[in-house]
Amino acid sequence: MPEMTYLQAISDGLRGEMRRDDRVFVIGEDVGVYGGAFKVTLGFQEEFGPWRVIDSPLAETAIVGACTGAAMMGMRPVAEMQFADFVSCAWDHLVTVAAKQRFRAGTPVPIVVRLPSGGGFSGGPFHSQNPESSFAHIPGLKCVCPATPEDAKGLLISAIEDPNPVLFFEHKHLYRRIKGEVPEGRYTVPFGKARTHREGDDVSVITWGAMVYTAGEAAKQLETEDVSVEIIDLRTVIPWDREAVLASARKTSKVLVLHEDTRTGGFGAEIAATIAEEAFEDLDGPVKRLAAPDTPVPFSPVLEKAFIPQVDDVVAGLRELAAY
Amino acid sequence: MAVREAEPVGSLSEVREAGLDREDLLGIYRNLLVTRGIEERGHILYKQGKIPGSFYTGRGNEGSAVGVATAMGPNDVGTPLHRDMGVHVTRGVEPWRIFAQYMGREDGPTRGRDGNVHMADARLGMIAMVSHLPAMLPVAVGCALAFRIRQEKRVAVGWYGEGASARGDAHEAMNFAGVRQLPVVFICDNNQWAYSTPTHLGYAVEHLADRAAAYGFEGVVVDGTDVLAVYRETRTAIEKAREGGGPTLIESQTLRMEGHAVHDDAFYVPKELFEEWGKRDPVERFRTWLRENAELTDEEEDEIHGRVKKLMNDALARAEESPQPDPATLLEGVYATAEDLDTPHHK
Repeated sequence: MPEMTYLQAISDGLRGEMRRDDRVFVIGEDVGVYGGAFKVTLGFQEEFGPWRVIDSPLAETAIVGACTGAAMMGMRPVAEMQFADFVSCAWDHLVTVAAKQRFRAGTPVPIVVRLPSGGGFSGGPFHSQNPESSFAHIPGLKCVCPATPEDAKGLLISAIEDPNPVLFFEHKHLYRRIKGEVPEGRYTVPFGKARTHREGDDVSVITWGAMVYTAGEAAKQLETEDVSVEIIDLRTVIPWDREAVLASARKTSKVLVLHEDTRTGGFGAEIAATIAEEAFEDLDGPVKRLAAPDTPVPFSPVLEKAFIPQVDDVVAGLRELAAY
Repeated sequence: MAVREAEPVGSLSEVREAGLDREDLLGIYRNLLVTRGIEERGHILYKQGKIPGSFYTGRGNEGSAVGVATAMGPNDVGTPLHRDMGVHVTRGVEPWRIFAQYMGREDGPTRGRDGNVHMADARLGMIAMVSHLPAMLPVAVGCALAFRIRQEKRVAVGWYGEGASARGDAHEAMNFAGVRQLPVVFICDNNQWAYSTPTHLGYAVEHLADRAAAYGFEGVVVDGTDVLAVYRETRTAIEKAREGGGPTLIESQTLRMEGHAVHDDAFYVPKELFEEWGKRDPVERFRTWLRENAELTDEEEDEIHGRVKKLMNDALARAEESPQPDPATLLEGVYATAEDLDTPHHK
């Protein structure tokens, strides 16, 4: 299996689907001639032409709205928001039109919106957010948050295949930093099936996206203290793998829910509540949440470091739980 | 590019040139009567307490809606709004299903999941509207984008009102359509009142069709009470789009002859305006035209009215028999399955 970066894996999956299926097209700001702000679609316009790799005006509403219409006409649009933050301008089209059309009018809307998300680069308040929890609250949408290159490719292909609007959150901090083996050719990774990133016996971490690696480093540090940490990578936030989460909670009896999005109303709250409802008798400690504080994402590197959960924060949280 | 003000339609020969024979004309009259009939009967149902929520009509807009829909080809698609019942009627939605929709029954196009005119029959090329009206314009543009990518000679029609023209979606949709010269026709139902907001508080240009020039395509103003003029202008625009000529914006001028919805008595609309536009009622206007230009006889008129009346009676009876949706099915259909893609649109 070839080794690829997370970004190359996304690009590989998307290119493969475009070669395989004429209905798949890409639309977004600077995705064509420039190859996308992060170069995910580099070389695509040369291969597929300007009507399948469409440079749109600076208009997220038009991009997502047009994808909805095109999807209803049988296409399989893949929109790129230049940054996940800009999806706020397309909220209405995802939430008002795309998410509700199947339920009320019987019309499926098979679109994928790719969302380069996450912080760690001093992107500031408008180029760093992780808005998956906002969309997880909307019935009719699916939210995908891959952590590994292999999953990024397989989940993107699943997203394109899925008959629903899918938000595909690509963590920017993983784009070039994370490499891994990626199967050649076409394969899918199913939605709603978590991945055990690391097996352990004493404490569980439930997380997704870039925080999988933060948790991994914390777990390594705790090896020396004889604390065995299990890490569950949700892969998809909607649908989410309740069974895998509950099984891990029952196994270790102590759970830390970790995410890079802000705390209040974050998806971690849903997970913690479900564990409390379903696995209360199996717990040996409170379900802990570790998330960014309830502030906009700050610009200064010092402040951003204080904002995004760090390895030390996770170590401290796990230590506390292990000792409980 | 200055906005063009369309002339009214005069003679029968002019209409023939526009592609309508006498049978078509009688069909238009029938569709106007059915449209009005559905909304008048709907109002009665509402007063009887059989319609939950609110109730909206398009009184005064029947000519515009029927005119546009008559100009559309069978494979064209559209996103009609709540004043455009005539579009659904002309495309062939059965009235009993509309009454079932009003009453939130299982046989309405949305099976009780949505109400009033928030419906569409996908098999007839229609897409169900949302309340955020201009949101449907980018959707229509997306349909046109699909046609352009696949090089199909199909056209999308997107409706909005003068109220909706104030929102960014309308701008983004028209700008994108203009940049890419997509096969889409924008119909602005300018009925002069956005709920209680008059036009001078909604926009500052003389005509909304003036804006078309800013997007790089033609704008046309047409009298929306003249069903034949609306038909002629829309047909020209649709065929232009079909042949690769890009979008057109047609501003269809009418007056909303009732309140925003059934609860609203429209006290804020000057009485003289209702009197003036009442004289230009699109249904009556077309009836007069048919008598003067197409030799509509008393017998024919009685026959059409009789058929429409029976259609309404039968439709109401059938809709009242439609069951309430089963609460046990509430959770179904939030997410689509692969089988759902096996629909006319998705093929």
